[in-house]
Amino acid sequence: MTFNAAALLLLIGGLALIGWLAGRARSALLAGRAGTRLHSRPQYHGWYVALWLFAPAAIFLAVWSSMSPALITNAVLASPEAQSLPAFGFERGAMLSDARAVAQGKQAAVRIAEAAPLVKPYADATHRYAWIGIAAMLALALAGGLYAFTRIKPDFRARTRVERIVMALLLIASLVAILTTFGIVLSLLFESIRFFRLVPATELLFGTYWNPQSGAPQPGTFGGIPLFWGTVLIGAIIAMIVAIPIGMMTAVYLTQYAAPTVRKWVKPCLEILAGVPTVVYGYFAALTVAPALRNFAVMLGVPNASTESALAAGIVMGVMIIPFVSSMADDSINAVPQAMRDGSLALGATPNETIRQVLIPAALPGVMGGILLAVSRAIGETMIVVMAAGLSANLTANPFASVTTVTAQIVKLLTGDQEFDSAKTLAAFALGLVLFIVTLMLNIVALRIVKKYREAYE
Amino acid sequence: MTNDDLIIADPKMRAEGVNVFYGDKQAIKDVSIDVGTDLVTAFIGPSGCGKSTFLRSLNRMNDTVASARVTGRIELDGEDIYAPSMDVVQLRARVGMVFQKPNPFPKSIYDNVAYGSRIHGLAANKADLDVIVERALTRAGLWDEVKDRLGESGTALSGGQQQRLCIARAIAVDPEVILMDEPCSALDPIATAKIEELIHELRGKYAIVIVTHNMQQAARVSQRTAFFHLGTLVEYGKTTDIFTNPKQERTKDYITGRYG
Repeated sequence: MTFNAAALLLLIGGLALIGWLAGRARSALLAGRAGTRLHSRPQYHGWYVALWLFAPAAIFLAVWSSMSPALITNAVLASPEAQSLPAFGFERGAMLSDARAVAQGKQAAVRIAEAAPLVKPYADATHRYAWIGIAAMLALALAGGLYAFTRIKPDFRARTRVERIVMALLLIASLVAILTTFGIVLSLLFESIRFFRLVPATELLFGTYWNPQSGAPQPGTFGGIPLFWGTVLIGAIIAMIVAIPIGMMTAVYLTQYAAPTVRKWVKPCLEILAGVPTVVYGYFAALTVAPALRNFAVMLGVPNASTESALAAGIVMGVMIIPFVSSMADDSINAVPQAMRDGSLALGATPNETIRQVLIPAALPGVMGGILLAVSRAIGETMIVVMAAGLSANLTANPFASVTTVTAQIVKLLTGDQEFDSAKTLAAFALGLVLFIVTLMLNIVALRIVKKYREAYE
Repeated sequence: MTNDDLIIADPKMRAEGVNVFYGDKQAIKDVSIDVGTDLVTAFIGPSGCGKSTFLRSLNRMNDTVASARVTGRIELDGEDIYAPSMDVVQLRARVGMVFQKPNPFPKSIYDNVAYGSRIHGLAANKADLDVIVERALTRAGLWDEVKDRLGESGTALSGGQQQRLCIARAIAVDPEVILMDEPCSALDPIATAKIEELIHELRGKYAIVIVTHNMQQAARVSQRTAFFHLGTLVEYGKTTDIFTNPKQERTKDYITGRYG
């Protein structure tokens, strides 16, 4: 007998269904009597019983599933058979997990001979705690169900209560994302603090030489400027030089000139472009664009042209961002009231003059917000730069040279065999923190601009 | 309709047998009307009677609606405005329009008024442009209120001021006809009174056509009134005649408040 959470969840689900039927039937029965009028309709009473039956038991189930392995292990360790185990370390853990696997039927026999005596205590403890858990869960379910069932009366406000519970559920769901963000920030923060104990923050932020080595941190090798520059060069300069004009022109064409049939075809195509996995863009950049650019650079006589270049990564990233910019610009231009357009046309302005002098200036704040969001996406983009921009940290303005970005370096630092407490590995977290803060600020500013602009026309 | 003493001696615009369709739906049926050069002409009628639609066909603003189609003949100084040789941009410079809701551009007051002049190249230099802007704002009765803050945004003005700014913007390109589509419907009574006063002052300088829901307003500002109902022109005549002695039963019912 083991503790199978999925099966138990199904079991209490079934009980909840019975509770629902019972609650509904009972309230319907009450309503059937002469002179009584239910406050809430029968199904709300049903839901009330079902929720009381299900929720406490399910919460207990969740807590118990995470707690019981530790309880079982403790019980085993307390048993006389465990006294012969080594006190600490890898062997002890291996023996325990070996015994657990056999006790739970996941493997036929022990692999480590010393683990054999532990199998029986393990099986016993597993069995015992499973029964305790199931009994407690069923007791909770029944207690909750009965409590709710006895409260069913004609004037009982089941609907308000059910709605309140549903609201609480929705609130919890929305908190998940927020709490996760907090968790991410905290984990980044703690690892970064460990890094900043080894290497001063000023070196990471202002140093110009990047060449982290394993082992003890060597001063002067953790300068982040080449990475930040590479990120800005690719994500904020080259990609935007490609994406902003093309995206804007696309939006102007789609909102002002395109026939409905053209719009019907072009918009979904742009959305498909937005849905292409970035790794696909990455190999397009690395295999097609980069070599072509290199040949072009050689033809121009550019020194040290490389097959990995900022330009290749930036151009492809710009193409990737086009749908993003065009859809934000599209929304902004559409949000400019028709009256504004009519006012300009009625003064004898051509459609072109109207677009340039009225629509785009009026839409500009929204477009700017969209562009900032696009920049924050571009500087967080990883696959394209890993594949096409290279990993050598050069501080150069030559777009044909190989540069690297923050995200590419994080990948480099964290992949492969790494010890997780060296400055080299911890640097990835500090870089991640910098990236997170920058994109967060970009997003906040962008969303504020967009919001302010929306209000202006409402 | 064949009232001899209402024939307009010197029509600025003439419409003959005009039909306007939105897709399959006919919004205007066989409307013929003359608009006098020195007169204010009011279009009245219940909601949805087609008066705004007809007004918008006088400067081809209906062109911006993809499904709209206009048949019949509309002339400006004897020239067919729907002829292929007619440049719609030139037409709209000659036939200006003021809309129901004030729609200043999100630019400065100065730039709002200068917009049309810049587009049509009416001013040779900055000094000329200053003169044009000042004259238009003065004519629109707004100069004294805004002369010290021409650089402020046009959208920061009050509703009534915004509407006068839009009138100034239309005047600045020196049009021959000004079409006003319910210019006071979004304004309070005081702002409305100012606009009406302005219309009085502009009379004679421009041919003015005003669409209005408000019959008192039509009686106050116009010399000619056209009553539209269900897409047809029911009656057209001197404003005093329409309001005191309507020929048609439907006109009488409408102006006495029987429906509408």
